[in-house]
Amino acid sequence: MANKLTIFDVASRSMAAQQVRLNTIASNLANAASVSGNPDTVFRPIKPVFEAQYHDVMEKTGIATVDVTAISKSSLPPEKRYAPNHPSADREGYVYAPPIDTNAEMIDMLESSRQYQNNIEVLSTAKALLIKTLNVGK
Amino acid sequence: MNSLDALFKADATALSLRQKRLEILGSNIANAATPHFKARDIDFEAAYKSAMNSGELTKTASAHIDVGGTAQSAEVRYRVPLSPSLDGNTVELHVEQLQFAENATHYEATLNFLNGRINSMRKALKGE
Repeated sequence: MANKLTIFDVASRSMAAQQVRLNTIASNLANAASVSGNPDTVFRPIKPVFEAQYHDVMEKTGIATVDVTAISKSSLPPEKRYAPNHPSADREGYVYAPPIDTNAEMIDMLESSRQYQNNIEVLSTAKALLIKTLNVGK
Repeated sequence: MNSLDALFKADATALSLRQKRLEILGSNIANAATPHFKARDIDFEAAYKSAMNSGELTKTASAHIDVGGTAQSAEVRYRVPLSPSLDGNTVELHVEQLQFAENATHYEATLNFLNGRINSMRKALKGE
């Protein structure tokens, strides 16, 4: 990072990262029930990869924000279910469901939204202090 | 050092350090979910003392090094976590939030001190 990171950049980029995380969770939950007759085309759960972005190369200032550097697709095998009456069942009567743990996704969602809130707190505190500093001596 | 500098140095140094600490603690909170991130912080008291003690020696050449430090050169250390998490992240949100709140309150207190100083000087100038 060549540019100076202010506390506003730090918090807003972190909020953007949490937003991406919430989007991936929403997409996983939305597709939790999308079964398919072909194990290769079934939906694969996605997860964002978070990486700290430092203000300086030497990491001396301790100022760092976070970016989503990649979205990784889960390599877990899809769940095989025997459902011969299912319209998309394959020849042997199996359908494949994406390996999504909805409970884990919900917990992830809670954690993500809490961290989003924390960043908002940081922003509003920093903003209030900045305004007070501008009014010094008045 | 002129008298205005002397009057405001304590508050200016404290504010600048508090601002720096605010950014560091904000970074810790922003990275609460980043694997392998290590939480950082500065020792405010030590950094403040070192910044206040600098500039006592007269520098006669630009290459001379400051004795003590400045608010900008305060040493940033790693926080020792109470219970480190499995992903190598040492941010503990309750600790960081507490420190952040404490730091923000002290920043505001310093602002109040500064305002008080400015107001008393203004009163002295007006001679009311």
